[in-house]
Parts: sequence; structure tokens; C-alpha cells
Amino acid sequence: MAARAALWNDPRLRAALFQAAVIAGVVALGAYLVHNTLVNMARQGIATGFSYLDREASFEIGESLIRYTPADSYGRALVVGLLNTLLVAALGVVLSTVLGTVIGIARLSRNWLVRKLALVYVETLRNLPLLLQLIIWWDVLRVSAPPPRQAWEPLPGVFLSVRGIVFPVPVYSPVYRDMGIAFVAALLAGWAVVWWGRRHRARTGRAVPTATMAVALALGAPLLAFLAGGAPLAWDWPTLRAFNFAGGLSLSPEFAALLFGLTAYTAAFIAEIVRSGIEGVSRGQTEAASALGLKRGQTLRLIVLPQALRIIVPPMLSEYLALTKNSSLAIAIGYPELMSITNTTLNQTGQAVEAIALMMAIYLAISLVISLAMNLYNRRIAFVER
Amino acid sequence: MPPRAFGWMRANLFSSVGNTVTTLVALYVIARVAWGVVDWGIVHAVWTAPGGRACEAASHGEGACWAFLREWYRFILFGRYPYFEQWRPLFVVLLFVALLLGSCDRRLWGMRIALLWGAGLAVNLWLMLGGVFGLTYVPTELWSGLPLTLILAIVGLALAFPLAIVLALGRRSRMPAVRGLCVAYIELVRGVPLITVLFMASVMLPLFLPEGTTIDKLVRAQAGFVLFYAAYLAEVVRGGLQAIPAGQEEAADALGLGYWRKTRLVILPQALKIAIPPLVNIFIAGFKDTTLVTIIGLFDLISTASNAITDPNWRGFYVEAYGFIALLYFVFCFFMSRYSQALERSLARDRR
Repeated sequence: MAARAALWNDPRLRAALFQAAVIAGVVALGAYLVHNTLVNMARQGIATGFSYLDREASFEIGESLIRYTPADSYGRALVVGLLNTLLVAALGVVLSTVLGTVIGIARLSRNWLVRKLALVYVETLRNLPLLLQLIIWWDVLRVSAPPPRQAWEPLPGVFLSVRGIVFPVPVYSPVYRDMGIAFVAALLAGWAVVWWGRRHRARTGRAVPTATMAVALALGAPLLAFLAGGAPLAWDWPTLRAFNFAGGLSLSPEFAALLFGLTAYTAAFIAEIVRSGIEGVSRGQTEAASALGLKRGQTLRLIVLPQALRIIVPPMLSEYLALTKNSSLAIAIGYPELMSITNTTLNQTGQAVEAIALMMAIYLAISLVISLAMNLYNRRIAFVER
Repeated sequence: MPPRAFGWMRANLFSSVGNTVTTLVALYVIARVAWGVVDWGIVHAVWTAPGGRACEAASHGEGACWAFLREWYRFILFGRYPYFEQWRPLFVVLLFVALLLGSCDRRLWGMRIALLWGAGLAVNLWLMLGGVFGLTYVPTELWSGLPLTLILAIVGLALAFPLAIVLALGRRSRMPAVRGLCVAYIELVRGVPLITVLFMASVMLPLFLPEGTTIDKLVRAQAGFVLFYAAYLAEVVRGGLQAIPAGQEEAADALGLGYWRKTRLVILPQALKIAIPPLVNIFIAGFKDTTLVTIIGLFDLISTASNAITDPNWRGFYVEAYGFIALLYFVFCFFMSRYSQALERSLARDRR
């Protein structure tokens, strides 16, 4: 029998001992911190636990998606903040994707001047701190913008003043609901048409312009519903009252600054992702497509984009996540999102540990949902290696 | 016009009708913007204005008030640091810049530059804090502006780096408990915004410590910064570790090296070299993110600038103030990002 190594040199035992030591260290540190926290909170007379969420918040919130008064609870205030975070994140994601894609494609333009302008945009916005950009946007909207009486009117009915931005919105009519239903129905029908077109092409080899048909359906059906409903076109126009605008839909300067700042900043990063995604598709693919006689638009749509999306989507989702987390900088300009509401709450109640833990848990949950989506997508599009 | 330039313009600016229209529109926009800047920054600008009086008249959006910067640039750069001691933060900034520029040269990388950084940090700490060797003591509450930003970024990332290496190695460890802890830490931190971590450091840290201990506000913010950036740096280091072929590790095992010697002599030197360009990118992000400390009440460049424009005589010159610090941030970040790109190319050449 071979001589066995000394017990002390058995790698498995050493690993087990080392891990036990690490865990014991972490647990001891955690217990020490919790103990200190409890002692400190008891000394300052702060009750622990989340019961503060049911107490009356008694602070105003400037803008809210749901009904909220100062008589509501801290819990409801937190929900208001979360909804505001999600609102600005959702709008920011859509707008920055559009702007970033446009700039990313402009970076590859055949026009030298357009290319360089896009480059200047990307380099400038990427290399300045987001917080500084937000503060500049906010000052532009608060300080440089005129008072409501001399509001700028870049488009008829759209007013920009120190009170924010107001624009006209259509007055609700049941016809709009029918238009929505018609649109959804048209999307389903369009999907069916595309599906049929694909089968038809596979069977007969003849292509049908299904994409054009689907777009025509999606645009035409709501239009028909609109005309059939008597074309109701009542707009709620903003009008100047004593010191402010009444009517229309208004965005506060805080919200507008946050949305513009996040969008402009994130678009610079998205532009680089889009550019590298398109460049990542090898030239041979484009050349092969033109050898097959595909037009430029067809090449982009059928050959380049499907392959580029594989490269683009994962980092894009990280940017969306970063945008959502960056919306917490709103605390510097006073837009009432999750972070600001938490800050007010912990200042009023002293429940620092609970409030911050709750906020971090919410951000973490948002992050987890986005990473889950990312993993699902990655699994779907992963290259099937031969 | 030489024919080559003509041909270039034809190919790049006027190749088709649509292209020509785009070029003309772009030229028009550029000309308008350039004229606006010249008109505002030179034609209508006010260069001297004792006490801010002359600027008030000229400042209805028509011209820049460069007199504002002449009056306030020292406050924006060094903030509340005692006026007659401001040569000290100036020296600190210059030393940091010299060290950063020196570190760009790949021939100097190694033990020497690390020692140089250690010495530089010690000298800078002495210059900022004082209290010994003939310098008067300046408490950290008075540290502000550009030196504060540089200290937060450089010291923060220098301290986060060793922690990041431990986390990255732990994440690749074969021991489930160690791996689990490291994964949990990294993902937890990466899932929350930096400002929440800074808030935790500034509000909750005092609660975590035994009764009666107080820590400096700057140290608290720095601690939050280090804990946050360690997670991001760890992911970059992990990327470097993953890029090393398994053969390297197997060869080290075959030579009979133990875990620590293998890691120190074979794995890390190669992994860190690969990780340098993304590390520079994290450094840029960290440099920009130092602005967040203004939210928890530290007096960084944004605070000094926004304080300067609340002075009753110089109220509202936010374009000049923020433009000035934006230029500072841009110069640092643009230079570093260009450097990172160049480095990536030259390292890729080496590997071929």
C-alpha cells in the first residue's frame, strides 16, 4: 500500500477547513455589524422593522402616476416613486434606442461630414459625467427657458418655458379605443399574411410583398376605424392662464431634464453598440448578398441585421439596465423617483437601514428581471455550432 | 484646389443627390452653431467685470461672461481649501497628472511604477492633509474640487483593485462556499446603482460601527466607492483570467507549483495584462462617477461650480461654470479612452 499523504496535506480536508473558516469569518462579521446596528438604533430610539410603511407619509410628491396625497402611507409613496422610476426608464429606453440607432448608423454613413458629426456626438456625451449633463439640462430648462408668458413655441401648440414642456393631446373618445382594437387585429392579420407569404414562397419560389401588405394593414385598419367613427379630432390645447399653462399634457422641468439627459447619454453608448454590431458582420456577407442580386435595403434587412442583432442585443440590454440604475441620479435634480422618495422617507422616519435595504432590493429585482431576459435571449440565439 | 482633394470631396461629400443635400444641410447646421458660439463666446462676451456688475448687463443670453471664470476659477478648482495653501492641491493635481502620463509608457510598467505610485500617493496625502513636516493641518472637510475628484478616483480604484483580484479568483475557485460568496457579492453590487451604495456608506456605516466611533465623511464615501468598484473590476479581471489558455494552468501544475505560486507567477501576470484596456475603461467610468459624491455632501467639482453660481453678484453663469468643469472632465476622459484604444491595438499586435 502506498504511503498516504499526511492528513493535513489532504486537499479535500484543506478545502473544507478553508471554506469553514471563510464562512465563519463572514458570519462573524455580519453578526458583529448587526449587533452594532441594533445597539445604535436602540440608543437613538429608532424602532426596527417595516411598520413605518403603514404610517402617514405627510409629504407632497410633485408628480405621480397614481392618486397620491400626503395623507397616504409611506408604502404608497414608495410605489409612486417606483412607478416614476419605471416610467422614465421605459421612455428613456425607447427614445435612446431610436436616437442611438440613428447615430450608430450615421457613424457608418458614406458621407464624411455625417460620420464625423456622429463621432463628435458620441465622444462628447460619453466623456462627460452623466450627473453634470443632467444638471446642465435642468439649468437649461429652469434658468435659460423663458417664463410662461414668453414661452418658446418650436411647434404649434408645444410650449417650452420654466414650467416645463406642454403639448396638446387629443381629447379621449371611444373611437380611439376602437382604433387600438383595429390596430391589434391588423397586427395579428399582418403576422398571418407574413407567415402565409413565407410558406407560399417556400412552395412556389415566388415572393409576395408581404411586408408592405402588413404595414398597410397596420396603418390602414386604425385609419378606417378612425374614419368610420366620424373622425373625432378634438385636441386639448394648452392655453396660457395667469402664470402657467392649463390643458394639454405637461412635463415638469425635472422630468424633462432627467429624460433628455438619460436619453442623450445612453444613446451615445447605444450608437457604439449598433455600429460595432453592424461592423461585426463580415464584409463577405454583404458582398455575397449583392452577388445574389439583393438590393441595399434588402441586404440590410435580410442579411446584415439578423446577424448584427446577435451581437447588438446583449450589450444593449446592459445599457437598458444601466439607464434604469442611472435614473437614481434624479435625486440631484428633484424628480420624485425611487431614490428621492427613499431619501425623504429615511430623513423623516430615521429608518435608514430598512429604507435603503428596501430600495436596494427593488433595484436588484429590476436588474434580475433584465438579466433573466438577457439569458433567455442569449440561449435562443446562441450559435448552433456544427 | 488640388485635384486629389476634389476627388476626395466628390467621393465622400457629393457622391449622389441625397448625399449632396445631406452635406449642405450639415454644413448649414455647423455654420449656424459655430456662428452662435463665436457670437456668444467672443463677439458679445464680457472679459472684465469688477464685482460682476458689467456681466449683469451683458448676460441676457447674448454673451459669455469670461470675467466670471477669471474671478472664480480658483474656487472651482480648489473650493474651500484655504486660499493661501492652494499651492498644495495644485501640486497634488500636477503630481497625479505626471504619474498618469508616466504610467502610459509600457516600458515603465512593473515594480518601479508601482513603487513610484506608492510614493506619489504618500506625498499627495501629506500635501493635502499636512500637519507634519512644516505644513499646516487641513481637515478633509475642506478638501474640494479637482484634487478631491482625482483622489476619490485614483485612491478608490487603487484600493478596489486588490479586492477585485480576490473576488475574481474567488469566483473561479473550485470551493463552492468561496465561489458562492464571491458571486453573491459581485452580482449584488452590480445590481444596484452606485448612489445607493454611497448612501449606505454615508448613512448606514455609522450605524454598523460600535458606539462612539466616528469616521470621516470622505473616508466613508471612499469606502463606498471602493466596495462598489471592486465588483466591476472583479468582472474585468475575471475576463482576463478566462482568456488564459488552460494549458498555462496545467503546465504550472505539472511543474509542481502550488495554488498561490501558480496564481502569482503564471496566471495573474498574463491575465492582468489582457485586462488592462477594459481596466482603463472602468477607470474612466469611475472618474466620471466621482461626481456622485456631491449628492452625499462632498465638495467636488460639481459642488464648487454650482456654489460659485449662487454668489449674489455672479448669479446664474451656469454655462460658463459647468462648461469649464465639463472641459476638465472631457480632457481627462477623452485622453484615457484614446489611450485605452491605442493600448488595445498594441497589445493585440503583441499577441499575434
